[in-house]
Amino acid sequence: MSQRFDILVVGAGPAGMAAAASAAEAGRSVGLLDDNPAAGGQIWRSGGHLPAQAGAWLARLETARVTRLQGWRVVDSPKPGVVRAERNAAFGTKSGSSDICAEFSYTSLILATGARERFLPFPGWTLPNVMGAGALDAMVRGGMPIQGKRVIIAGTGPLLLAVAAHLAKRGASVLVVCEQAPLGRLARFGARVLREPAKLWQGAGYRLAIGSARFRTSCWPVAAHGEDRLRAVTLRRGARQWTLDCDYLACGFHLVPNTELPALLGCRIEEGFVATDALMRTSVNRVWCAGEPTGVGGVDLSLLEGQIAGLAAASRNQQAQALASRRPARLGFVRALRDACELDPQLRTLAAAETIVCRCEDVRYSTLQQRAGWREAKLHTRCGMGPCQGRICGSSAEFLFGWKADSVRPPVFPARVASLTAMPPEPAPAQTHGELASTLPHDAKETA
Amino acid sequence: MPDRSPGISLTVNGARITVAPGTTVAAAVAIAGAATRTSVSGEPRGPLCGMGICFECRVTIDGMPHQRSCQILCAPGIAVMTGAAAAQTPLEATQTP
Repeated sequence: MSQRFDILVVGAGPAGMAAAASAAEAGRSVGLLDDNPAAGGQIWRSGGHLPAQAGAWLARLETARVTRLQGWRVVDSPKPGVVRAERNAAFGTKSGSSDICAEFSYTSLILATGARERFLPFPGWTLPNVMGAGALDAMVRGGMPIQGKRVIIAGTGPLLLAVAAHLAKRGASVLVVCEQAPLGRLARFGARVLREPAKLWQGAGYRLAIGSARFRTSCWPVAAHGEDRLRAVTLRRGARQWTLDCDYLACGFHLVPNTELPALLGCRIEEGFVATDALMRTSVNRVWCAGEPTGVGGVDLSLLEGQIAGLAAASRNQQAQALASRRPARLGFVRALRDACELDPQLRTLAAAETIVCRCEDVRYSTLQQRAGWREAKLHTRCGMGPCQGRICGSSAEFLFGWKADSVRPPVFPARVASLTAMPPEPAPAQTHGELASTLPHDAKETA
Repeated sequence: MPDRSPGISLTVNGARITVAPGTTVAAAVAIAGAATRTSVSGEPRGPLCGMGICFECRVTIDGMPHQRSCQILCAPGIAVMTGAAAAQTPLEATQTP
């Protein structure tokens, strides 16, 4: 199966939704391809409260007749202007592997691949029910009961309070929120973002919403305990150390951008982020990038960048320029957030010799310690060689050992051999609305 | 039924459970009290990232292995097998005449 669009957008979070809607409103045929069961990305994940803004953008996608391709993940780009994708939830298809793999071709491509949480290894972090902060929120939105469960939230970044507020609202017993950053630095961050009252208000709102839960700064987990699953967590703050019984530990150390697909396509990466010009153009011709991969700055900046990219890709340069003039002022928030979330060097000492760093291949800290760099570690220990392809342990290893990840090779996600060797038929003519989406089973369709 | 939307019935390691529409397979596995996979050194694992990146939530769905359960919604009648149970299935099958 194959399909052609004027503009293909990869990633249906705020940046991708804004890009797709803006480009389609400018009259282009637009496909919006996304790995999740529904649009919204991680921040606007369905299955719970969503801000009005999210509904408004979903409505714009609908009105502008953007072709929604939910439940697809890009695995390769066999040639310029084409991406190959595999469908999730393909177990229901009886018609064979041709339904699992598809090619999508485009004149312009907008990458809005978002970010993931950074994980740091500590003893017990591989136990079931220890997960990311955003991850626990996503599990709850996906139907996992949380009412009455005891939850510890830890790590760094504004996501922690947002998750705490949402889980408390859903009936969780949030025992404590542990932020690794010191109070003084958070206060400076607060002062720097004072110029953006909406953000400060949001933070204060979360603080009120978590109610009786304690908010601890300069505090982090040093061990998770349990046999088959999590039973308790030991926390440390300065010289004090204490252990709390709990059901879930939600622990994420801010965000790292998903730059694998941009890197595969040859986009220049600078200091870990996709380099763009003011109109969100990458170093590759007709490829744009918007949202967290260009710098972690939250929803408002992602929406702005998405609109700029969508309009620019649709050759509405004047409108794109007008929006782009608002962007530099907002980049200060990206820097302020990065500085506020800087990791305490003591976090490097959390992993014990036997602590697993690479969860896919169960590679332990002591094994990695003997290696000189990321490539050597991969070759000798299989670190980063499992199904996640180093997406989790890569950012841990960068912090622990200062290693930089290698170049990206296809497939960017594990794929079936058939998907990599199959030759789909030539693309059908460009389409402006959801014919393909209508062929998907109900569970892969958008349920806005 | 008083509920407007009927539940979705599926099995996790052979046990039948009913979940609300929109429930992910990962959430269903958690409701069933199972770990999702067994690591290469034999540890039980559960979802870590919740967004399709880490591959810790892999399960077998209707015989198709390596499905990321956090990115897939429950559908009526699916049979989900988790790491330990999925590994045991072929052995049990050979023992049954």
